[in-house]
Amino acid sequence: MYRYDEFDHDLVRDRVAEFSDQVARRLSGELTEDQFKPLRLMNGVYLQLHAYMLRIAVPYGTLSSRQMRKLAHLARNYDRDYGHFTTRQNLQFHWTKLAEVPKMLAELAEVEMHCIQTSGNCIRNVTADHFAGASADEIADPRAYAEILRQWSSLHPEFSLLPRKFKLAVIGAPKDRAAIQTHDIGLEVKRNAEGELGFAVWVGGGQGRTPMIAKKVRDFLPEPDLIAYMEAILRIYNQFGRRDNKFKARIKILVHEMGEAEIKAAIEKEFAAIDKTNMVLPRDAVERIEAYFAPPPFETRVNGTPAFDRARETDSEFSGFVERNVHPHKMPGYAIVSVSLKPIGGTPGDITSTQMDAVADIAEQFSFDELRVSHEQNLVLPHVKLEDLPAIYARLREAELATANLGLVSDIICCPGLDYCSLANARSIPVAQRLSERFADPARQRDIGELKIKISGCINACGHHHVGHIGILGVDRKGEEFYQITLGGSGDETCSIGEIVGKGFSSEGVIDAVETIVDTYLKLRETPQEDFLSAYRRVGEAPFQEALYAHAA
Amino acid sequence: MSAKSKNSDLPLVATANDLRTGAVVYRGVDGAWQRDISRAEIAERKDAAADLQERAETDLAVRVADLALIPIIRDGAFVRPAALREIIRATGPTIELPASQARP
Repeated sequence: MYRYDEFDHDLVRDRVAEFSDQVARRLSGELTEDQFKPLRLMNGVYLQLHAYMLRIAVPYGTLSSRQMRKLAHLARNYDRDYGHFTTRQNLQFHWTKLAEVPKMLAELAEVEMHCIQTSGNCIRNVTADHFAGASADEIADPRAYAEILRQWSSLHPEFSLLPRKFKLAVIGAPKDRAAIQTHDIGLEVKRNAEGELGFAVWVGGGQGRTPMIAKKVRDFLPEPDLIAYMEAILRIYNQFGRRDNKFKARIKILVHEMGEAEIKAAIEKEFAAIDKTNMVLPRDAVERIEAYFAPPPFETRVNGTPAFDRARETDSEFSGFVERNVHPHKMPGYAIVSVSLKPIGGTPGDITSTQMDAVADIAEQFSFDELRVSHEQNLVLPHVKLEDLPAIYARLREAELATANLGLVSDIICCPGLDYCSLANARSIPVAQRLSERFADPARQRDIGELKIKISGCINACGHHHVGHIGILGVDRKGEEFYQITLGGSGDETCSIGEIVGKGFSSEGVIDAVETIVDTYLKLRETPQEDFLSAYRRVGEAPFQEALYAHAA
Repeated sequence: MSAKSKNSDLPLVATANDLRTGAVVYRGVDGAWQRDISRAEIAERKDAAADLQERAETDLAVRVADLALIPIIRDGAFVRPAALREIIRATGPTIELPASQARP
């Protein structure tokens, strides 16, 4: 795991001191709210409906047990004993007191964490595949590049006042588990025919009120050119991105308005013009960073897995957990375990301080002290022995963290919505809770199979509804909550934006509507192996529209 | 920062977030900002609302942030915000919070 060097320590310490002074000046009245607001946002402090919210960066979604325990400590001592993991691998505290933020930041700095660039028109937290360094299909660990990009983009003077916020995501495998095509820049680590490392580069993806799938501007960017090419893209955006209209300021609009060919040409021209004397990314620098992400000391000799085999045969609930929440690891005898933060009837992404401590203990004992946060608001134990799985499962059950629903209908992505967020138009959490209760039966969930429901409480789409197999968008219709449904979205390597199925539904009606959609899918699928998205792509929206609206015609 | 007039429907009360804690507060007749909307000063007419806003804005320096005048509904002695957003601000999230040891 990356450890701060002296520059990182100094930078974060200085920033905490600077913000502490700014908070004191605001509280004394020396700074007005208009003066203070951009300063607090630069440090991840928002003012939401009920309180201040503190957004803490979890770079590329990687956490140590010590860091998770610090988050638990903050939840207990400064907030309401829980935190909320977001769709950008960050953690939010929703009940923060402004006067206490400087102390919280100082505590975070003790474990090499901060809130810098979790808000504002800058390059935000760089996200990555949550299975990085563990998955069997990986070309290279994307976190080394994500860390290089984090260092490059942190307080970068040229890119601190962009037209709008800017989000990067990096994957190291052909399977896209980080939704790179819905980011401002998405990078896929790959090798060329000569075996050299480089990147496929995608630009101009995004969700929000104008969802766009990113365009591939380079099929293979050689590794040494990474930083210079990023600079070229950001310079084009900084120069030509719109600043006259907030809703048209993201790079996706620039890409759309210029067109794919023209934006590619502009980036390449800028890239060619950049003085690369000090911009080449040397291999030894990459290797220095890669060393921080070196594989843990895996045991290479596996003499069977009797405890694991026996538990699978005798414990059907454990077997169900393995089927859904355990994924293949690149090392024989090891597995990746997803820890669902989607209990039936719970709030997606929420976790109590007690649970944070429990999962930190489990990671320390069984997963080389490492945890991941997924953009789907779950946690991951990336490196566990198969033979330890029964013990891990027992510990997760004890902590009420053993819900076996990864990728199923109750594994819902959901933004905080109108229960917390000052931008929201409608509540999203109660919809997620009622949906998970409606589909609570594990056997029914398994029969339905892979199905991603994503819910946003406003058009900003923090709940990723555009790329939900079933997407739900809450809107305000004459003072009442109303929910629009989209079908066929996907955030993976087959990225697609969902299509609006028809007129929206009331808060009461939306649960029945989703059940109608699911029942329609079950009737029309060709085999139990044909999942919802495949079936939708085969038949289109007509059968679903008929099921939802025919009776109203 | 001037107050936001989110709705001109009368009657109105002044609400904001406490500067130090972020807690939702309402401006009472005595000028104090407190959590209970039923103790808020109610502006029945436009000129009273403008006056309330002017007085409330003086508190933006060190006491509150994100000031707004919001419409309310009165039923006898009972006062509640008119809009769902403001009802949620007044009463808290409509969902059960995940931890039992909630900090006040």
